Amino acid sequence: MPEPLIVAHQLVKRFGDFTAVDSIDVEVQPGEVFGFLGPNGAGKSSTMRMIACVSPVTSGTLRLFGLDPATRGPEIRGRIGVVPQMDTLDGELSVQENLWLYGRYFDLPRAEAKRRTAELLDFAQLTDRADSVVEHLSGGMKRRLSIARSLINNPQLLLLDEPTTGLDPQARHVLWDRLYRLKQQGVTQVLTTHYMDEAEQLCDRLVVMDQGRIVAEGSPRSLIEQYSTREVLELRFAAGSNEENSLKLGGIGERLELLPDRVLVYAHDGEAALAEAHARGLQPESALVRRASLEDVFLQLTGRSLVD
Amino acid sequence: MAQHTATPGALRVTSWHLALYKRMWKMNVLSSLVQPLLYMLGLGVGVGSLVDRNAGSGAVLGTTSYVAFVVPGLLVTTAMSLSAGESMWPVMGALKWHRGYHGIAATPLSARDIVFGHATWIAVRCGIAAGAVATVLTLFEQTRSWGLAPSVVVAMLVGVAFAMPIMALSVGAERDGMFPAIQRFVIIPLFLFGGAFYPISQLPTAVQWIAKVAPLWHGVVVARGFTTGNVDWAGMAGHLGYVTLWIAVGLVLATRRLSGKLYP
Repeated sequence: MPEPLIVAHQLVKRFGDFTAVDSIDVEVQPGEVFGFLGPNGAGKSSTMRMIACVSPVTSGTLRLFGLDPATRGPEIRGRIGVVPQMDTLDGELSVQENLWLYGRYFDLPRAEAKRRTAELLDFAQLTDRADSVVEHLSGGMKRRLSIARSLINNPQLLLLDEPTTGLDPQARHVLWDRLYRLKQQGVTQVLTTHYMDEAEQLCDRLVVMDQGRIVAEGSPRSLIEQYSTREVLELRFAAGSNEENSLKLGGIGERLELLPDRVLVYAHDGEAALAEAHARGLQPESALVRRASLEDVFLQLTGRSLVD
Repeated sequence: MAQHTATPGALRVTSWHLALYKRMWKMNVLSSLVQPLLYMLGLGVGVGSLVDRNAGSGAVLGTTSYVAFVVPGLLVTTAMSLSAGESMWPVMGALKWHRGYHGIAATPLSARDIVFGHATWIAVRCGIAAGAVATVLTLFEQTRSWGLAPSVVVAMLVGVAFAMPIMALSVGAERDGMFPAIQRFVIIPLFLFGGAFYPISQLPTAVQWIAKVAPLWHGVVVARGFTTGNVDWAGMAGHLGYVTLWIAVGLVLATRRLSGKLYP
């Protein structure tokens, strides 16, 4: 087995009295796409910032490429690419200026920076917008540019903090496609997200974080198998009657989850569960049988939904 | 890549400033010329004609004409105003609004490179602005002198001496509300009472001390030594040393503060 790219052991980040990251253990292998999944405030971004070597570790150990960020920060930063949660593009400069100037920060020779810029414009499908001023780009284009810029130094590790938050579905799919291509090229990726579908699409392995701790770890499939049934029946009843109706569902499926707007019935056979509910005389306003997702895993683990 | 010599971090940061400047330099050079030349005409010609007619004024000013007295003051105050402006909103913008500093902080560069890059860029900008004014001044016989060239360098130093502590303030500031206050209570008073338009010996002693604490007056004295040809090397070295002290302390403060913001 190759040496892990990232090793974190009992990693802690505190801001004053507040513990943002509470003794987590993580290992990421080369070529892997690894996800931190959790709601806002779970400690994902604080963890990412420590890995990106822009936030000192409070306690515990962290190694990237076997190096300690406390002493080798600039060197490590030279080998990774970072797509921050909020874009740090220069809106007054053009798309290509943003790219090649960033290359200069890594001390790429001018000619090399320009060559990489042309390649990355193509990768990000922004070649025809090369001379556009960045503030005139759409949100999806800015995000693609941020990703392209993070690749200017040919990083061995790419960190993406909520890469698709705020994007429309089409822009998200374009972005996922680009990230998948990078994975095929062997670029190790670590990303945070609070979108289940994103984690399921992209990640080989992930950890679920809640209140600074890791509450589960595994591949998306194995987590679903471990913490949920195969299918989920979603029932919506007339406003205000979810709780009352849920009492009549007792015994159907393996488990019930009462949410403010719907009742979830966890069952291996969703259709059979629905038939049983109808047989008991229940008349939901709508019923949907779907495959279980990471959302259900999170709900099971924490009792709360991910996106509130 | 093996034979590639590393470019100093500060210069890599400066290439970003330069890229931004390329988009607006024409307007910028023009506007940095207009203000000093208006003062030059208004004060130099208007007030100057009164001053020069007053019998004892030549002895107090130590120059042949009022215009000749004002010239170095214009060069150095131009640098002061410019560097103050460049070290307030743009610094806050790069930290809080477009977050460009955070982008740089994610690369091998550090807070120190950003601060030294800013200092380098301020020196260049002040050189361009003061150089443009000096070039125009060579067109007139009354203001033409070889001393204009070293005075531009003095203006660059004074610019950096103001830029660094103001950058440190801007990095720590929560909102941009304090910036107009810095302009009104620091920059404009120094402009008026800092020895640019009359010798500070004309001021009450207490006010003289305020002028002497800030780097502006020291720079003006040195530049005036050059433009009038009254070169007192020892005295000028002392004044320049004091200006350099401001730069050094400012660099340390700005780097420390920025480092705390970028790498929390």
